[in-house]
Amino acid sequence: MRYMLLMHAPSGTGDYQHSTWDPADWRVHLDYWRRLNGELTRSGELVGVEALTAPREARVVRAGRSGAPAVTDGPFPEAKEFLAGYWIVDVDRAERAYEIAARASAAPGPGGAPLAIPIEVRQVMRAPAADA
Amino acid sequence: MTPESPTSADPAVGRLLRELAPQVLGAVARRHEDFSAAEDAVQEALIAAAARWPADGVPDNPRGWLYQVARRRLTDHVRSEVARRRREEAVASELLATEAAAPPPDAEIDVEEDDTLVLLFMCGHPALTPPSAIALTLRAVGGLTTAEIASAFLVPEATMAQRISRAKQSIKASGVPFAMPTAEERAARLGAVLHVLYLIFNEGYTSSAGPHLHRTDLSNEAIRLARAVHALLPGDGEVTGLLALMLLTDARRGARTGPSGELIPLDAQDRALWDQGLIAEGIALVSDALSRRAVGPYQLQAAIAAVHDEAASAADTDWPQILALYGLLERMSDNPMVALNRAIAAAMVHGPAVGLELVAALDADARLRGHYRLDAVRAHLLEMAGDPERAVTHYRAAAERTTSIPERDYLTAKAARLAADLRGTSATGDA
Repeated sequence: MRYMLLMHAPSGTGDYQHSTWDPADWRVHLDYWRRLNGELTRSGELVGVEALTAPREARVVRAGRSGAPAVTDGPFPEAKEFLAGYWIVDVDRAERAYEIAARASAAPGPGGAPLAIPIEVRQVMRAPAADA
Repeated sequence: MTPESPTSADPAVGRLLRELAPQVLGAVARRHEDFSAAEDAVQEALIAAAARWPADGVPDNPRGWLYQVARRRLTDHVRSEVARRRREEAVASELLATEAAAPPPDAEIDVEEDDTLVLLFMCGHPALTPPSAIALTLRAVGGLTTAEIASAFLVPEATMAQRISRAKQSIKASGVPFAMPTAEERAARLGAVLHVLYLIFNEGYTSSAGPHLHRTDLSNEAIRLARAVHALLPGDGEVTGLLALMLLTDARRGARTGPSGELIPLDAQDRALWDQGLIAEGIALVSDALSRRAVGPYQLQAAIAAVHDEAASAADTDWPQILALYGLLERMSDNPMVALNRAIAAAMVHGPAVGLELVAALDADARLRGHYRLDAVRAHLLEMAGDPERAVTHYRAAAERTTSIPERDYLTAKAARLAADLRGTSATGDA
């Protein structure tokens, strides 16, 4: 079963909050991701992982009248939360996806305190299903 | 497919290599303590053969060729391992002893049919999780490369490589020698092996629609492996039953999806598209198994598939017999999905009210809670019972709950059609 784990960050000023952190805290934070992703790779569960650029860099695109792209620049103050990155994991059961999400949620912030980042867990749809 | 694939070279060479893969691995693993190293060496030999045979021609004794190349790779591996250990000042005698016990490299390979069985049983090792067991079976017994298995399961090659390597580590850590399991263990291991083959088949069968047409054909691979197991254990009724079930199910493959990959339910399939050759073979196998041996769940499922396949039209289906078979199956395996299928059969024999009663009894089963099949079956039976309004509600609930895209599309379309009919009816009523 595949799950997408979506990590949300506060949209705020358009920059990720870590831009104001102490460099030592940032290193600890990065090491945490490296360790987690390394473990998921070794366990054969990691299908994909991506980190996204800051809210300030985001663009919202809608089709204009002629179908040409109409682009709005970020950040978008009306959005409270913002997608910061995601994992796709292939696991035996939902509980395992929740465990991984909890690990991601506990990533350390300033002073090493766990951030308790909200991680949205969504099952990925797939093609199959047998006929009865 | 990647250039390193042993099956990509020449189709005939690919088939031959995959047939020989488990025999050679079995023979090498029997003489070498380290299964993981043996497996790597055989994989290298297969890749070498895939590169050379199409150009140089297949050697007179292809199995001996593969065996010797694998043995040489292993010897190199042992030597470098010994050298490494010496550098680390560790004791190398254990590795040397392994090497000394092996036959000289020019020895004729003696293939024991049991080797392939031992390999299969190893893939049914209780220390393995199902994904690991599937990956190891396809690689060690099926002779597929890591890249092919990864593409079949739509995961990155590195992820699949890790699964295979973990599987081999689990086997190594368990300390179980490469040998036939004890008589008591055999039944359980065989059950696990058959389950792995069944999962491989389903993975292929259910994903053969729509956007995944390019996937390595896992159903055919599962059938090929089931045939191999059947050839090794012709007297086992469940092995025969599983092979029959696969053939009888696969026979309907061409009819079960429409031109854009949409799901076509059994009762709406064009039966002229069913493969009569596979049906005849499957029926012969399941009849033989049922007439001679203790009945088991795979045989019963094959028998049910055979009843469907024998019916000239959906209306000709012998539902009383299917109901009886589901009754036997339900007593044998405590599986709520079986009970759900029996409810459908009961509805076909005794009417939708009886089916709905059986479904209602399943509401309390925690294993089915929130499962889309419960809603899908209830919707179907409500539609049969002439209650389209409630049927729409349950079709919609099922469409929201399924994780399968073709299934979702089918259920959504069912709900939409019924809802449109309802609107049409009420509009007529108003006029």
